[in-house]
Amino acid sequence: MDILQEGHGQLVGWHDPDENRQWVLEHKPRDLADKRMTVAEAVTRFVHDGDFIASGGFGHVRVGMAAIYEIIRQGRRRLIMAGKTAVHDADLLIAAGCVDRVEVAYCFGHELRGLSPASRRMVEAGHCQVIAEISNAGYQWRFMAAAMGLPFIPSRNLLGTDTLAYSSAKVVADPWSGKPICLLPACYPDVAIIHVTRCDRFGNAQIDGTLIEDFELARAARRLILTTEEIVPEEQIRDAPWRTVVPFYLVDAVVETPYGSHPCQMPRRYYFDEEHIREWMHRSATAEGAEAYFQEFVFGVADFDAYLEKIGGLKRLLYLRQVEELRA
Amino acid sequence: MEASYSPTELLACVAARLLEDRKSVFVGTGLPMIAAMLAQRTHAPDLLIIFEAGGIGPQIPVLPISVGDSRTFHKAVAASSMHDVMSISQAGYLDYGFLGAAQIDPFGNINTTVIGEHDHPTVRLPGSGGANDVGSFCHRTIIIMRQDRRKFAAQLDFLTTPGYLTGPGARERAGLPADTGPHRVITQLGVYDFADTTKTMRLLVLHPGVTVDEIQANSSFQIPVAEPLDTSPAPTIEERRILREIDPTGLLIK
Repeated sequence: MDILQEGHGQLVGWHDPDENRQWVLEHKPRDLADKRMTVAEAVTRFVHDGDFIASGGFGHVRVGMAAIYEIIRQGRRRLIMAGKTAVHDADLLIAAGCVDRVEVAYCFGHELRGLSPASRRMVEAGHCQVIAEISNAGYQWRFMAAAMGLPFIPSRNLLGTDTLAYSSAKVVADPWSGKPICLLPACYPDVAIIHVTRCDRFGNAQIDGTLIEDFELARAARRLILTTEEIVPEEQIRDAPWRTVVPFYLVDAVVETPYGSHPCQMPRRYYFDEEHIREWMHRSATAEGAEAYFQEFVFGVADFDAYLEKIGGLKRLLYLRQVEELRA
Repeated sequence: MEASYSPTELLACVAARLLEDRKSVFVGTGLPMIAAMLAQRTHAPDLLIIFEAGGIGPQIPVLPISVGDSRTFHKAVAASSMHDVMSISQAGYLDYGFLGAAQIDPFGNINTTVIGEHDHPTVRLPGSGGANDVGSFCHRTIIIMRQDRRKFAAQLDFLTTPGYLTGPGARERAGLPADTGPHRVITQLGVYDFADTTKTMRLLVLHPGVTVDEIQANSSFQIPVAEPLDTSPAPTIEERRILREIDPTGLLIK
């Protein structure tokens, strides 16, 4: 088949499908094992320097922030991040020097709140490199191809644009219609962090609200850390098995972190902490301000529970719950 | 007499009036959300609103901050996934797509990626997000943006999202879905469409008090004027009341 066009973005996260099948065979046990551990242990075991990481949710919605703070606390370096509408998580990891390369669908912005002072500064100064461009659907379908065990998936976006020229996609003629069609390479992140509403100790997980791209990401990532608002009995999962979005055999670590998405939103639980997000954006306008923020909220607290006390404790979290429920 | 209204109120009203009842619209963050909500609360109660994180057919209570925010699936018919909404868009279920832009060229191509060189940016912008997908898949794309000489650019720094690319037939030659592309561009000065023969922008409607000279002074490319040239009706008191109901804290509606 003739290749009509090739993007020259760096291809990240791709594996030959047979190579990945072998990896799965060797590294993903099928037994129901208790995978509960602390966030510190999960990050120590499954996030390594140089890894290609992806964080679930969307923008500031349903993000595993407890694990993001822990990656900063443990000082991971040279990470590549999937900028799949990665916003607060990416901004902090880039500002902290953990992530130095990004494949970008949407990054360096906080949606309505404005551009990210910290990660923009790092990119514009050359400390963080954009190694490829893509779109949201493009990234999501890269995960979809990996989840299906395919080397690529065809799509009709990106065509005709610089987004394609800077991506790792290729264009061929569709063998049926003859029309040009985009081929998106499969993407298997080394590790993904997904925050869920509830799961059991084995990792069988339910998500309240939109799934965004976490169904596909959970199946694409080689290692999967689940952080969860609560751990529930196995019976609760088995009583409504049609609600399971992530089954246990995909999961490597289960970490119970109530309010674990703060300052991001957890649908039907708590709203964005706009004051805290604003504080980060304000302080991260300078490198010194960002450093002071990390000293105060990451290195200066023992763990995520201590962080929750620091941001205002029960009173603040109750308020955020009321805003989410349209009662405040 | 109509009390004075803000440019943002006018933009929201003009955009809302373009949306038809019983059609579907793919909505991005910011003004597109406000416009879709205003349309739903005025002439288009059965407007099917769709968000990229998976919200389908919501009755949005108050302006969401993000297109993934739980408000985007409040009282919705479905809380689905990005794969689902992007797939139905690619399959042809989305009538309108609603986008913002940092730069636009005469063919309606959009840049939201970078100002300056890609590898040595002057300003790094967020990138495509879902914009390339919306601009590729929806039958008709509406772009809302502020207009000035830098933003209305003869040559983009980076072509993030396809408009008509290089002219008639170019989208189809590139492999994009047939008969799709930019429908209207709405700015603080006027509304533009695209001439059939050239697929380039032309002035269709002037906002109240704006002159054709101002339009040209705020564009780095020539913009022909449609005949006849219309004027946008000012926002009504009722529309302005609803806008404040949608955005009570004044996030966008100043």
